[in-house]
Amino acid sequence: MSVDTATVAKIASLARIKVSEGELEAMVPELNGILAWVEQLGEVDVTGIEPMTAVIPNTLRLRDDVIDADPLTGGGKRDAVLANAPAAEHGFFGVPKVIE
Amino acid sequence: MTDLTELGVAAIRDGVAKGDFTAVEVAEAFNANVAAAQDALNAFIVATPDAAIEAAKAIDAKRAAGEALGKMGGVPIGMKDLFATVGVQTTAASHILEGFKPEYESTVSQKLWDAGAGMLGKLNLDQFAMGSSNETSYFGNVISPWRRNDGGNAALAPGGSSGGSSAAVSARLCPAATGTDTGGSIRQPAAFTGITGIKPTYGRCSRWGIVAFASSLDQAGPMARDVTDCAIMLETMAGFDPKDSTSLDMPVPEWTVNLSADMKGKKVGIPREYRMDGMDEDVAKSWDDGIAWLKDAGAEIVEISLPHTKYALPAYYIVAPAEASSNLARYDGVRYGLRDLPDGANLQDMYAATRAAGFGAEVKRRILIGTYVLSAGFYDAYYTQAQKVRTLISHDFKNAFTECDVILAPTAPSAAFALGENVDDPLKMYLNDVFAVPASLAGLPAMSVPAGLNREGLPLGLQIIGKPFDEQGVLNAGLAIEQRAGFTAKPDKWW
Repeated sequence: MSVDTATVAKIASLARIKVSEGELEAMVPELNGILAWVEQLGEVDVTGIEPMTAVIPNTLRLRDDVIDADPLTGGGKRDAVLANAPAAEHGFFGVPKVIE
Repeated sequence: MTDLTELGVAAIRDGVAKGDFTAVEVAEAFNANVAAAQDALNAFIVATPDAAIEAAKAIDAKRAAGEALGKMGGVPIGMKDLFATVGVQTTAASHILEGFKPEYESTVSQKLWDAGAGMLGKLNLDQFAMGSSNETSYFGNVISPWRRNDGGNAALAPGGSSGGSSAAVSARLCPAATGTDTGGSIRQPAAFTGITGIKPTYGRCSRWGIVAFASSLDQAGPMARDVTDCAIMLETMAGFDPKDSTSLDMPVPEWTVNLSADMKGKKVGIPREYRMDGMDEDVAKSWDDGIAWLKDAGAEIVEISLPHTKYALPAYYIVAPAEASSNLARYDGVRYGLRDLPDGANLQDMYAATRAAGFGAEVKRRILIGTYVLSAGFYDAYYTQAQKVRTLISHDFKNAFTECDVILAPTAPSAAFALGENVDDPLKMYLNDVFAVPASLAGLPAMSVPAGLNREGLPLGLQIIGKPFDEQGVLNAGLAIEQRAGFTAKPDKWW
C-alpha cells in the first residue's frame, strides 16, 4: 500500500499537525519508503498467532478505592496542574472560543 | 590528588564514605568538566551545578553526623532530559516542552536522590527519544568526544537517543547517567562511546514521570563506566511502583553482591541470524573475541536460531510509532508547553499550529506513520500484523533460552558514524538498531559492554541479552567480558 498527497494530508489532519504544501510533497516519498519497507511483515505466516498484548505477563492491578490514597496523584492540586499552562484563567485552562 | 572525574560510581561512593575526599569536592570537579565541555559537546540541555553542590553538602553533613550515606551517596550524575525533575526544565529535547518545569519528580530520579545521588544537569537526547544519533534534538546535536584516528576532525554521533548521556559519561562530565531504551537507546549510544549500559527487563524501572514515547517498550536504565557501576545504579533505580501499571511487583535482587565473572556451567547462545551478509569486519571480529572471552570464563558456546530476526525492525517501526502517535496526542497547547495561536484561529487550528511548530521532522514523521497504521481500514494489516510478529519474536527468544542462558551479539552494526551521514535517509538510520530492537520487542534485559576499538580507533560494543528478570546473568556475562576485554581507551581531550 502506498500513500498519495491527499492521504498524507488526511493523516496529518487526523494527527492535528499543520503541514504546508511543500512539506506534504516531501513527506509522501518518505512515508512511502517506510511503508514499503514495513510491508515485508506481510510475508510472515501468523496463522494461529495471537497479537502481543503484554510483553512481560503481568496482571493489571486495581488500587484501593480511597480518595487521595497517594497525595501525589490525588486531588487538591489545581494550582500545580495549571502551573505550566500557556493560558490559565480563573483556575481553568484557557482555550480559544469553541462555541459562537 | 587523583583526578576525581576519573572515578566511577563505586570509587566515588566509597571514597566519600571513607573520607578520602568530600562529596562537595567531587561535585565541584564534575561541575567544572560540565561547564568546560558544554560549548564543544552540547551534552547538557540545562546544567544544574547548584543542585549538585547542594546534594553533595547534604551528604557531607550526613557523614559528619555519622549517618548512612546511601547506595549512591556523594555520586553526582547526569539525568536524561526525559525524566521529570521538580522545578527543573524537562523538555524531551523538544520545542513543544521548552520551558516546562514539572511539579513532580519521576520515580526513578527520586529513587536516585533518595540514595544520595546529586544532579549535574539534564542531558540532551534525540527529540522524544526518537533517533539513533542525537541529531533530532531541538537544542542541537550532541557531539561525541571520540574522533577517528585518521587525523580528521569529523564530528561523530554519540549514538541515540541517550546521546547526551553517552557523551557525558565517556568525556568524564559525569561518572554515570540515566538513559532510557525503547529500541536500543541505551545500548547503541553506550557502544558508540565505549561505556557500559543496561536496559533491564521491561517493568523493572518505573515509567512514572518519564516522558512517554512507546509505552510497551520504554525502559529506563543506567549508563556508566563499568558493569559494577551499572549494577549499583540499577539497584537504586529499579523497584515496584504502584503508579506505573506495568511495574513489576518483585523484589529488587542484590545484583552487585552476586556479581560473578565465573561462567562455568553457563551456556552462551550465538544467534545465527545476527551474522548478516556484509557485516563490518571489525564488528565480526569483536563478536568472535567476545565468544573467546566467554569460553575462557568457562561458558559453553552454542549456536541458536532466532528465525524472525529480520522482521523485528519493521515490526518495531509500526509498533513504536503507533504508540508514539497516541502518547504524543497530549501535546496540544492547552495544558503545558508551547501554544501557537495564529490570529483568528479556532481550537482545532491552535492544536495543528502548535504541533506543527513544536515537533521536529522525525517526530512528525513517526506520528504520521503511527496515525496511518492505526487508522480505520489499515489497523489489522499493519498494527495487528506487527503485534503478531512481535509474539513470534518473543517465542523465538523463549525457544532459544531452552538451549542457552544468555545470548551474545554485537550491539550495533558499525562504530559511530559522522554527524549528517544518515540524516537524509530514515531507513538507513533505523538500521542502526537492528541488533538492539529484538530484545526490546520481547522486553528482555540487555546490556552493552565495550569490546575494543575498530580500525578507526572507535569503540565497539558487545551485547548480552538475558531471560526475563535475569539481569544477574546479563551483568555476570558482561563482567566476564569486561575483565577480559581490558578496555581502558578513552577519548583524547580536544574540547
